[in-house]
Amino acid sequence: MNHHAFTLGGAALAALPSGALWWPEVDLLAVSDLHLAKSERVARRSGAMLPPYDSRATLARLRAEVSRLAPRTVICLGDSFDDLAAAGSLRPDERTDLAALQEGRDWVWIEGNHDPGASSHGGRHLRELRVGPLVFRHIAEDGAAGEVSGHYHPKARLALRGRAINRPCFLYDAARVVLPAYGTYTGGLDWCAPPLRRLFPGAACAVLTGTHARAVPVPAGERAASR
Amino acid sequence: MRTLPPAFHDWFASRGWSPHPHQQEMLERADAPSLLLIAPTGGGKTLAGFLPTLAELADGRHRGLHTLYVSPLKALAADIGRNLRAPVAEMDLPIRIEDRTGDTSYTQRQRQRGDPPHILLTTPESLALLTSYEDAPRIFAGLSRVIADEIHALAESKRGDQLMLALARLQTLRPNLRRVGLSATVEDPAAIASFLARHPDPCPILYADPGPDPDIAMLTTDAAPPWSGGGAAYAIQAVLEQVRRHRTTLIFHNTRAQAEIFFHNLWLANDEGLPIGIHHGSLAREQRLKVEAAMVAGELRAIVATGSLDLGIDWGDVDLVIQVGAPKNVKRLVQRIGRANHRYNAPSKALLVPANRFEVVECVAALEAVRARDLDGEPRGRGPRDVLCQHILITACAGPFDAGDLYREVTSAGAYATLTQAEFDACLDFVATGGYALRAYDRWQRLKRRADGLWQLRDPRAARDIRMNLGTIMDTDLVKVRLRGRGGGTPLGEIEEGFAATLTPGETFLIGGQIVRYEGLREMIVEVTRRADREPRIAAFMGTKFATSTQLSHRILRMFEQQAWPELPRHTAEWLALQRRVSHLPQADRILVESFPWEGREHTCIYGFAGRNAMQTLGLLTTQRMDAAGLDPLGFVANDYAVLIWGLGRLEDPTPLFEGEGLREAFETWLAGNAVMKRTFKSVATIAGLIPRNNAQGQRRKARQTSFSSDILYDTLRRYDPGHLLLEVTREEALRGLVDFGRIEEMLARTAGRIDHVSLDRVTPLAAPLFLEPSRVPVEGRGTERLLEEEAARLMAEAGLEAGGPLVRQR
Repeated sequence: MNHHAFTLGGAALAALPSGALWWPEVDLLAVSDLHLAKSERVARRSGAMLPPYDSRATLARLRAEVSRLAPRTVICLGDSFDDLAAAGSLRPDERTDLAALQEGRDWVWIEGNHDPGASSHGGRHLRELRVGPLVFRHIAEDGAAGEVSGHYHPKARLALRGRAINRPCFLYDAARVVLPAYGTYTGGLDWCAPPLRRLFPGAACAVLTGTHARAVPVPAGERAASR
Repeated sequence: MRTLPPAFHDWFASRGWSPHPHQQEMLERADAPSLLLIAPTGGGKTLAGFLPTLAELADGRHRGLHTLYVSPLKALAADIGRNLRAPVAEMDLPIRIEDRTGDTSYTQRQRQRGDPPHILLTTPESLALLTSYEDAPRIFAGLSRVIADEIHALAESKRGDQLMLALARLQTLRPNLRRVGLSATVEDPAAIASFLARHPDPCPILYADPGPDPDIAMLTTDAAPPWSGGGAAYAIQAVLEQVRRHRTTLIFHNTRAQAEIFFHNLWLANDEGLPIGIHHGSLAREQRLKVEAAMVAGELRAIVATGSLDLGIDWGDVDLVIQVGAPKNVKRLVQRIGRANHRYNAPSKALLVPANRFEVVECVAALEAVRARDLDGEPRGRGPRDVLCQHILITACAGPFDAGDLYREVTSAGAYATLTQAEFDACLDFVATGGYALRAYDRWQRLKRRADGLWQLRDPRAARDIRMNLGTIMDTDLVKVRLRGRGGGTPLGEIEEGFAATLTPGETFLIGGQIVRYEGLREMIVEVTRRADREPRIAAFMGTKFATSTQLSHRILRMFEQQAWPELPRHTAEWLALQRRVSHLPQADRILVESFPWEGREHTCIYGFAGRNAMQTLGLLTTQRMDAAGLDPLGFVANDYAVLIWGLGRLEDPTPLFEGEGLREAFETWLAGNAVMKRTFKSVATIAGLIPRNNAQGQRRKARQTSFSSDILYDTLRRYDPGHLLLEVTREEALRGLVDFGRIEEMLARTAGRIDHVSLDRVTPLAAPLFLEPSRVPVEGRGTERLLEEEAARLMAEAGLEAGGPLVRQR
């Protein structure tokens, strides 16, 4: 399988090129920031009518992953819905898709800042979840260890012989990993932006998503100085 | 016959002038519903346009707005204002003249809405904005004439389409509105006339005396031009010598980057310190205004410029125009030459400076075309539908409308005359509901149909957003450059965001003729200092890369048929003769393909003469086919006449590369996923109102996490709604512009499968310059991944990290 293997708090993890995190030892799949029904919320709030296919596109990618790995547990690390009203706006076929994904496995919705509280979709709703040495939550916390979170939508920027590459990425160090946004309509925050610098003050590694999971060290120093 | 009021005669007489015949004729035909004047630069075109207005307003009885003047440049509107106020003041005419552009203050604009001047000078965007107000009928109550200046330039872009839709609106408000178009010399005046007139009204065309033939030649230098490149550094001394010998010289370049390099080199050689300035669209407004003011004051001996000076601002005493680099297009060359000697009936003087050996051939061909008055141009396409979508939104801002009335109004614009009811309905549906196959937005749709059948905004507050996103000019992803300093620092100009992303601190680049050092990025502003301690990289500007026109390419191919070339400098004639000896010279009705090894790689050079954009597309398509055939192409580079491909396998039979059917099919597949399409989609989606414009006000990117790339929308639509209107519009546009598949088809048609394949053991003379061309394109896909893999491995190793191992926190 095409992935980048690393360990966190003793757990052997795999960063997948899709942006999902796989923990083979316990058959656990984690994804973050699905932002389902974002198009609906954008239309409601700003009047812009984006192509209304984001939820099915996100669910289709998740389905491919789930059917390949057959996880026992799926954790959605928060901001799974663009807001609670959006959670209620999934179309019937999208609801069916989601229900089919949840069938026969432990499905955990972690609360995010966009979707606090429970939605009408099946599965457990938690603020955070501990599994063995790891803790799963939406937003990283100071001083945490073995923490898996999302929220920031980290994105890497690399200059390759004069051409720039911009891709969603995982960021990890010895204490934590921050997942890229999995949702179709999501942007990113530069891997050197101040909030991410604060989370990863020392050496950190990025795993770029795309056709291959590619590990790259997060550049230190200079760019951070240009804040 | 209509005559001028006495005050005008006295005024002309006091200056020893009399009206030009075409100015008199414009006056006589002032009642025509539409009228097009074609006049060379300096032909008193603007006064010809305004004389009827001034005459009609002279008695002081008209109330409210009388004449609307629309020009493509804010600067031009301001300039015309100055030129017009002088005679009005001198003749003591009771006429109020004001301009209204993006630079006009808020209070001034509010006042103009309440109490419009007699003559309002504006731009297509500001006019569109005016028509979006609910009180538009009151603002335009007295309107009697519209003058569209530089209409040949407007007609080349969507700004012209937007203007014509706005005029259709105004014509509904004011049925007797008269339209006047002022145009430079063009290849197809009738096309401009039907673009201008209310369809299907006739539009008479007046021609001013074109004046004497220009005095135009190629600059001869002691040094031969280099084999490749666009810098023309070899000609710096000769150009300086010309600047010395003339009062004021305009030095035109085809791209901003070339203008920057040339200006830099000019300064290095300018021992006498001649005052020379630079002017192009990427410079900060402050910088441009400074140069313009110095120019008007006659303080500059030369100005290095790009297309930003193409249009008719009166620079006074220009007595020489120098065009550096092949002109690519005869019509634009003629218009540029006209910038010299702004006096009527004096020949304009111009010099062409080829930047490389091949451009010598192109310059000579262009000179012949100018002498033969053989202008070129691509026929104008139908009115683009993204502009129509925006027009529907603008109409909705002004108030409820009837769809049938709007359809009739829109099709009275020449460019939209063939728009079908179904096409219009699709645009209206897109604006109202998004137009998706999946009907998702019943509750949140943008326009609603009322019980009485009229359409209106669902939420009237949306009008504000619509107005903010109005216009068809795309400032694609530019970031500002400032000198680091207190209070934000001096603005220098803008560079492409993509280029900014590749800069690392300490690197240097050229902007506004200065070498600056990249220090960092702060709040989306590139901060630089003046510490120039390294060779500059060149700032990448968005400036259009013009392709050599079809007509000019054909002229070059005809030159190749000659037995000898006495009209060419010896070095160039010998080069062509050598090519003929070792291979062939390309012919119009055949494709020449050369294969040869070089530095351990197999090379294939295809001569198609289809212009840079089409040759680039041909490169992408043929490498794809070579890849499928197992020839392992690694990359290619294209210019206006050929594409050079390198790879591991040797091409034995080029015929399958050009089989039309398969090529079209490959093209369709390739096109869909192409970066050009994504860029085009972004512009189409912005104009049509799907995504907000990147406003320069610094509010963009406030929340990066919530904004995402329009590429994602493109991919999503392609996958789930391939028949969507915006994809259709995008495709239509890409085919015409950057992809230019039309010219590949033209090439295939004229060569009809006649392919000459020459296998050699070395590089041919005509192919040699391609080795020096910049902007080599790696073959996409695996190539990028491999680069990334190497870079990732290198960085990991350098950082002392082992892929997969736990990270030890370093504190």
